[in-house]
Amino acid sequence: MGAPSIPRALAIGAVAFVALVAAPLATGSTVLIDFVIRLSALAIFATSLNLLAGYGGMVSFGHGMFYGFGAYCFALMMQRTGVSIPVAFLTTVVGAALVSAIIGAICVRLKEVYFSFVTLAFQMLIHAIILAAMPLTGGDQGLRGGVPRPVFLGVDLSNQMQLCVFSAFLLVASLLVMHHVVASPFGATLRMIRDNAQRAAYLGVAVDRVRLKAFVIAAVFAAVGGVVQALFVSGAYPEFAYWTMSGEGIFVIMLGGLTTFLGPTLGSVIMLLLNDVVTRFTHYHGLVLGIVILVAALGLRKGLGDFVVERLADRRRQEAA
Amino acid sequence: MTAALDVIGLCKSFGGVRAIDNVTLSFPSGSLSAVIGPNGAGKSTFFNLISGAFTPDAGEVRVEGRNIAGLSRAEIVRRGIGRAFQVASIFPTFTVADSLYAAVQSGQGHAERLVGRFPLSGARARAHEVAEMLGLADKLHRVASTLSHGDQKLLDIAIALVREPRILLLDEPTAGMGPEERWRMIEKVRELWERQKITVVFIEHDMDIVFRIAPTIRVLCYGRVLAEGTPDEIRANPAVIEAYLGTAHEGAAA
Repeated sequence: MGAPSIPRALAIGAVAFVALVAAPLATGSTVLIDFVIRLSALAIFATSLNLLAGYGGMVSFGHGMFYGFGAYCFALMMQRTGVSIPVAFLTTVVGAALVSAIIGAICVRLKEVYFSFVTLAFQMLIHAIILAAMPLTGGDQGLRGGVPRPVFLGVDLSNQMQLCVFSAFLLVASLLVMHHVVASPFGATLRMIRDNAQRAAYLGVAVDRVRLKAFVIAAVFAAVGGVVQALFVSGAYPEFAYWTMSGEGIFVIMLGGLTTFLGPTLGSVIMLLLNDVVTRFTHYHGLVLGIVILVAALGLRKGLGDFVVERLADRRRQEAA
Repeated sequence: MTAALDVIGLCKSFGGVRAIDNVTLSFPSGSLSAVIGPNGAGKSTFFNLISGAFTPDAGEVRVEGRNIAGLSRAEIVRRGIGRAFQVASIFPTFTVADSLYAAVQSGQGHAERLVGRFPLSGARARAHEVAEMLGLADKLHRVASTLSHGDQKLLDIAIALVREPRILLLDEPTAGMGPEERWRMIEKVRELWERQKITVVFIEHDMDIVFRIAPTIRVLCYGRVLAEGTPDEIRANPAVIEAYLGTAHEGAAA
């Protein structure tokens, strides 16, 4: 199970990037263009949650707050300050890191279900602030009036095709960075803590500090997902920071698999396809989604990605024997 | 002979119960000693106090003369105390090799390093050395949770040994093992002690094992030191016979 070397990971990333943008560029289909943008937002978000939950053992019920924070912070910067997109993007990333460091400092000391509930509580707090700060955020109507997209470095994000390429780039770059984190010495320490925090402490690991760092890294990428979403809908809505967003992240991970790095990305594809296809035929898409998740959870007992990876490993073992 | 570990007037209460009551013991450098005592005698609490899981209410724990009572677990590890647990404390999803690599990198201060890939090449030599020491070298690629009970206990000790402790605390290394596996385990412990020249303190219930391999024995009872001495002295000590050995043999027969 050796992780690929860094040049090889970059090569894989480049191929994935080309594969993502090939079909939209070739066909010019708005459906495909939109799909890649939405996929980028959701997959970055779900993978960041998996970094926390799957690799760190910290099942956050409030991860959506950073997705919402990313969308609002970026959209507000663009609307109110007139800075360039890269500046707003960087400010959002730094802001998410600061906010998550404060919230994380309180949460990461808590174990298991207490951690989950306190993250949920913070999420409700952030959601309430968004609703209450009407003049700034537009309250329950959401932040409207569009997100201005001045051209930067020759990139014009008001062009959907360019936004699609930009989103795909962010997706691939985010996955590469998060994969590097997971495969680094730090990633191994994070898994040690998930497996047995007491033992890790006896080895001299500063357990809470490692958990906090993972919390901040995950929050930063959740915010990046939020930025993509804000660009896609040209605004920001309170639902982005609502518990249902965190729930969707957990669904996606369950669908795709939490022990496989690309599981959440696969889960995002399935989730979006389900949404798009099912809503075409019925209003009860929540019901269908629920059934699919029950089948995945009770039938496969793991995400599809985990299932496939384990099958392949079994087959390899049989062939070796 | 200088003492590796000195425990002086150690006290710890839980609620109204005095789990450890004014215990003073000295463990000479390079010694192998057993701590025995009936259930609830405070043996595990004694280990937890030394290794920093609990803070003592009073008293001192001196490692090579310096008091470590009240320091964090991480700091106590740095001062040279390693421990293995009654229930093997391992990383279930890690392979044996990865468990040891991760333990080595923690000791080298690379636990939070974001540069490079796990495992770091600098961790391999020490990890393989420790695996060899405990007879786990042919199981490096096995996932820890799939190891036999005995191998999990060995892995637990291996993880502690990675940090090159000068004092090794083993909480019932043979707990939950069959008679044959017990002897193999205890032989391993003795071999380790002889080869590594470290101070080993172990808790053990099996009297045959204790009397056969431990040159010195400490008996705890109700949180106090009841007796200390060689196996022959302990066997002949009336207080020990009354408080412990009689009941233990009944227990073993049951």
